[in-house]
Amino acid sequence: MNEINSKVKPQFFEKHQRAIYKSLEDKHTTIEAIDAEDPLNAKMILNMGPQHPATHGVLRLILQLRGELIEKTKLDIGYLHRGVEKIAENKTYQEFMPYTDRMDYLSPYSNNVALCMAVEKLAEVEVPERAQYIRMICMELSRISSHLLWLGTMVMDAGAISFFIWTFREREKIYDIFDEVAGHRFTVSHSRIGGVANDFTDRAVGRIKEFVTKFEQELKDWHGLLDRNRLFIERNADVGIVHTEDALDLGATGPVLRAAGYAVDQRIITPYLKYDEVDFEVPTRMEGDNLARYFVRMEEMGESLKIINQCFDKMPKGSIRSNNAKHAYPSKDEVYYSMEGMIHDFMMTDTGICPPAGKEVYHAVEAPKGELGYYIQSDGTGHPWRLKVNAPSFRNLQVLENILEGEMVADTVVIIGGLDPVMGEADK
Amino acid sequence: MSTGGIDIFGLLFIPTWVAVLGLGVFTWLNSAAILVYAERRIAGLIQNRVGPNRTGPAGLLQPVADVLKLLLKEDVTPSQGFKTIHTIAPLIPVITAFMSVALIPFGENIYVTDINGGVLFILAIASLGVYGVTLAGWSSNSKYSLLGGLRAAAQMISYELPMGMAVASVVLVAGSLSLVEIAASQEFLWNAFINPIGAIIFIIAAFAEANRTPFDLVEAEQELVGGFHTEYSGMKFGMFFLAEYMHVFIGSVLITTFFFGSYHLPFAGYWLPELSPMVKGILDVSVFMGKVMFWCFVFIWVRWTIPRFKFNQVMKLGWGRLLPLSILNFVLIALGMYAYTHWL
Repeated sequence: MNEINSKVKPQFFEKHQRAIYKSLEDKHTTIEAIDAEDPLNAKMILNMGPQHPATHGVLRLILQLRGELIEKTKLDIGYLHRGVEKIAENKTYQEFMPYTDRMDYLSPYSNNVALCMAVEKLAEVEVPERAQYIRMICMELSRISSHLLWLGTMVMDAGAISFFIWTFREREKIYDIFDEVAGHRFTVSHSRIGGVANDFTDRAVGRIKEFVTKFEQELKDWHGLLDRNRLFIERNADVGIVHTEDALDLGATGPVLRAAGYAVDQRIITPYLKYDEVDFEVPTRMEGDNLARYFVRMEEMGESLKIINQCFDKMPKGSIRSNNAKHAYPSKDEVYYSMEGMIHDFMMTDTGICPPAGKEVYHAVEAPKGELGYYIQSDGTGHPWRLKVNAPSFRNLQVLENILEGEMVADTVVIIGGLDPVMGEADK
Repeated sequence: MSTGGIDIFGLLFIPTWVAVLGLGVFTWLNSAAILVYAERRIAGLIQNRVGPNRTGPAGLLQPVADVLKLLLKEDVTPSQGFKTIHTIAPLIPVITAFMSVALIPFGENIYVTDINGGVLFILAIASLGVYGVTLAGWSSNSKYSLLGGLRAAAQMISYELPMGMAVASVVLVAGSLSLVEIAASQEFLWNAFINPIGAIIFIIAAFAEANRTPFDLVEAEQELVGGFHTEYSGMKFGMFFLAEYMHVFIGSVLITTFFFGSYHLPFAGYWLPELSPMVKGILDVSVFMGKVMFWCFVFIWVRWTIPRFKFNQVMKLGWGRLLPLSILNFVLIALGMYAYTHWL
């Protein structure tokens, strides 16, 4: 029995709990062989989470503290594991799509599109241009929505509570837009294999355009409030540094990676949809600290607005779903008024789209949290043989354990906020 | 103790100090309730929402509902905690907060008692309050509470010193340790005009003493889940809640008394005509309460707009910046006073 384990009395999953404490104690033991400089026994093991207001869901951290300083950290995830990858094997591709809403529930649209595009790549489905632009606009909106929640919670974790309410007011507008576009506020499920469910209504277009113009000013105000706020900078600068040389090895992705100096963005590296036709920057910083992540995300919101505006300029008229009945659901008009349409609708619902047997595909999109990839293996039926998700939150959480050590307790919440994990996605 | 009083038809003679004490305790008790309501409404205003408006007219009964809820809650003591201290700890900040009422002058000749070491008494009881927080943190047998309690102890020590130095510079100007005389000495010129650096240091230290944002790391809701009062519930928690707002109130009272002219209007000595004692009394108390309310508003305003410091930053600010600055300010004021009394 080692030192920590002799003190704790785990009430549930004793084996797992003890293993975690053991791994915490074993961490870095090669470096610190004897602990002679702790005569007062000031060390403390602090369990943070899974029930903790600032861990963004059910993240559990086990910290070894000396006073306020974090000496070692162990991460325990999996409290929100729902087995969606296994569920996928028992659903048709289209049936599985609503489950992706519940993965990164702060930007459901990106998840929908990521899955649909992977399936489209697998089954070689053509997507009409208008649908691609609709997807782009909605993805950028969901990026803004996700970054807004990050901004609110991160600043709130630093102690400024009102900001949370202000960003939530803007999120509310985006929810209203999604309500108008897809009929759902939170879990939109708007994307379909081969296109999207329905076209933008005029009211939806009006709302998005109004939001885009008004949000620009709001963003400017927030920049003015935080960019040179001494307290905010002191809390965030040089905190939780991801070094440029480690960032890739640790598996960082998305804004965390971009804040560490890599201009890695799937929209640029492997352009999907029509991202090669719009003009936007990839905000990048070199410092790798929490402040850099703040600037990257804030600037990304501005770039998203630019993309949305360009999409509206370039968006053609036309159909919003593939016209091939073997690839996509027929429109409701066809279903109600023609026999063939009805049969196709039944077939799509029942067996779904059947990609060639033995084919496998990996497709990644740039979700707000980073590279969100779907890996699908097909066995020729309407269900995936294997479906794996490359979740950005999971990858960014790998970074967390490494950057927490040496920081203070008060920094943990700010750093977690800065990495912006969503446990629904990390635990799958 | 002043000898005046109110004579009710020759039947009952109420000495002024009894009347003031009654009024003062009433104000102190209700300050928390009113501040809770004010905080919620102002927070609502800052956050673009309404705030409580359902309980009673314009939500005015919200504090009553809050207290009622706390009274009806189960009182829990952690099984491994130190029960006696866990029970006594919430009383300490409330009692010490109440003790300050005796020395505050609300107006000319409107005070409970005037002891010649009033400033020392106020500083002493203000620092006693931290025992409640520290003991609460320790006796709860929770790691979050312990961290909160430790932070409280460290923070108090580092901010007592600059606060004491700032007050000392006020004492130099007034030439007395009595709060009544310090208040009276500001009739022509508020201390804030003579001693602006001291005023700023005192305001910062008062925020730290009251454990309010940006110095609320003692109860940092985000990382320490409430800090020292994580393990408290029911009316024991209510006591801490009460004490927090009373400390905000007392902080405002002290800022007003020491630096912002207490019950005097700006430069009142130059232009305010002689008034009858009744009118003067009412004017004094209104001016005093007006200023206190303004500072309470500042406390609330700051809380809802800016982030919180980190522990080491608080220490750095306290020991590295404020303490040297307050000592320097003290020396400058001392030189100034010497020059004023000897050369002018």
